[in-house]
Amino acid sequence: MKAYLSIIKIRFAVQLQYRAAAMAGLCTQIFWGFVRVMVYHAFYLSTTVTQPISLEQTVTYTWLVQATFRMLPWNADAEVLSLIRSGNVAYELCRPVNLYFSWYCRSIALRIVPMILAGLPLFIVVLMVPANYGAMLPASALSGIAFMITMLGALLLSCAISNIISMSALWTVAGDGMRILIPTMVMMFSGSIIPLAFFPDWSQPILRYLPFSGVLDIPFSFYLGTLLPSQIFPMLILQLSWTGIFIELGLWLLSSATRRVVVQGG
Amino acid sequence: MPQIVVENLYKTFKVAQRQAGLWNSLKSVAHREYKIVSALQGINFKLNAGELVGYIGPNGAGKSTTVKVMSGILVPDSGRCEILGLNPWKNRIQHVRHIGVVFGQRTQLWWDVPVDDSFDLIKDIYKIPAEQFIRTKSELTERLNLQSLLGIPVRQLSLGQKMRCELAASLLHQPPVLFLDEPTIGLDAISKIAVRDFIRNLNREKGVTVILTTHDMDDIEALCSRIILIGKGKILLDGTIEQIRNRILPERVLKIDFYSKPSRVDIPGVVLLVEEDNHVELRFDPSKNNATELIQVISTHNDIKDFIIENPPIEEIIAKMYREFSI
Repeated sequence: MKAYLSIIKIRFAVQLQYRAAAMAGLCTQIFWGFVRVMVYHAFYLSTTVTQPISLEQTVTYTWLVQATFRMLPWNADAEVLSLIRSGNVAYELCRPVNLYFSWYCRSIALRIVPMILAGLPLFIVVLMVPANYGAMLPASALSGIAFMITMLGALLLSCAISNIISMSALWTVAGDGMRILIPTMVMMFSGSIIPLAFFPDWSQPILRYLPFSGVLDIPFSFYLGTLLPSQIFPMLILQLSWTGIFIELGLWLLSSATRRVVVQGG
Repeated sequence: MPQIVVENLYKTFKVAQRQAGLWNSLKSVAHREYKIVSALQGINFKLNAGELVGYIGPNGAGKSTTVKVMSGILVPDSGRCEILGLNPWKNRIQHVRHIGVVFGQRTQLWWDVPVDDSFDLIKDIYKIPAEQFIRTKSELTERLNLQSLLGIPVRQLSLGQKMRCELAASLLHQPPVLFLDEPTIGLDAISKIAVRDFIRNLNREKGVTVILTTHDMDDIEALCSRIILIGKGKILLDGTIEQIRNRILPERVLKIDFYSKPSRVDIPGVVLLVEEDNHVELRFDPSKNNATELIQVISTHNDIKDFIIENPPIEEIIAKMYREFSI
């Protein structure tokens, strides 16, 4: 266990070296956040029907997306990709640790650090911006707690999905497809492009039970109060079940890959 | 009982064939052609604890593949391999605790953080007790002269400095078996000597079993008591340097300096290699001509100032072996 914590720790240290990148990311996220907020303003002004969530909630949702964007499994872990491509993965295979979980831990650090460096400051800033342009506080204290807990679930799920994206490098041809397809589905069905509440009614149950709502929409819905704190257990079970499924899938993919592994570059 | 047993190891790779050019790339999308490359075709050897073996052969002979099978990275098609009683690919996690591996062309240290951080990570990965870790680290630091390097991020180290750190990293958990895959590749003369001295001491003082693959014949000459030659996936020779020398290139070279220009140095069965003013070099086969007699014959006609008998350089032996086995 300590080995895995150490992997998180060293990856943390590496990530913290990229403070400038985090600051640049922060500025970009704020800029795009305002662009998206303006678009929603135009949309709410021009609509005559009642929308599933209020403008204030939509804006808050948007800022939550901007703050937690980098936690989503929207890309492969560049380090794992280069390990595989350069053949340095050979060294990883002569360590007395499970390769899958060592990559999982790398992934955890990769997903947490930008949240701390960029996501958290961004959200504190927009909490101070007036209503309808900035974010509001959680619907209630309990909603806030439910949000925090399900964010943790989202992190675990997110890393399980991103591990599969990273492993795609083990297959030269099929891998490229996976690296494009999975992130696209994540972006679309997690709610990061538009909140899932805006999707048609008939699709709501499907979207909820797909794995992707667990990385984003579930915790955000708790924050906004559209999911009640009493619903935390089924939602948490949903997140953890998908996490388990993706971990199993990853373990299976990796073990079948390592059986026929070819170390590149001699 | 041998510490390492390798029996009838076979490994083939399926390599996708693709010709250059856009059209051929498009064709390969629809239909791929594969070529089966046999990397190992029945490898057999046994090693006892404390041996230092040079595993040599030309590029593509299967050296690295063997090392990767022994380190649990690759799974062979068939055959048996036991290291300290464990099967490397079936008991991978248990097995790798007992081995150290250095791949000269790769790095196991984390690129962006100081060397010390990588060492700490290795400590946790191998669950090395703190006390033992501190002791081993300070010993390795001293022997490899790493004091000034530990605080520097790996990306800023020179190749020689990096290799010394890699060696230390692979030994922190005190493995009884060490695999070195081209550890001196690309190093300058001083770094090579430092690495060699370290490996020699490690083997002699700690009794660590070392398998060394290299193209540097000075490595072999300086370190190895035993050589295993592999070519096209098969073991061609296995023996001590002396045995191989006698078998492949038994000739010696006799170099003589005279006080004046010598006469009558051409002796039947002896090849005159060099004849300069006061210097002559002769090649002879000790099984046909006795060195003492040779010098006696020459000294009856000339005043010898100095002489030296040399073995042919190991490089010549290896080159001759490669030619002889046409690998």
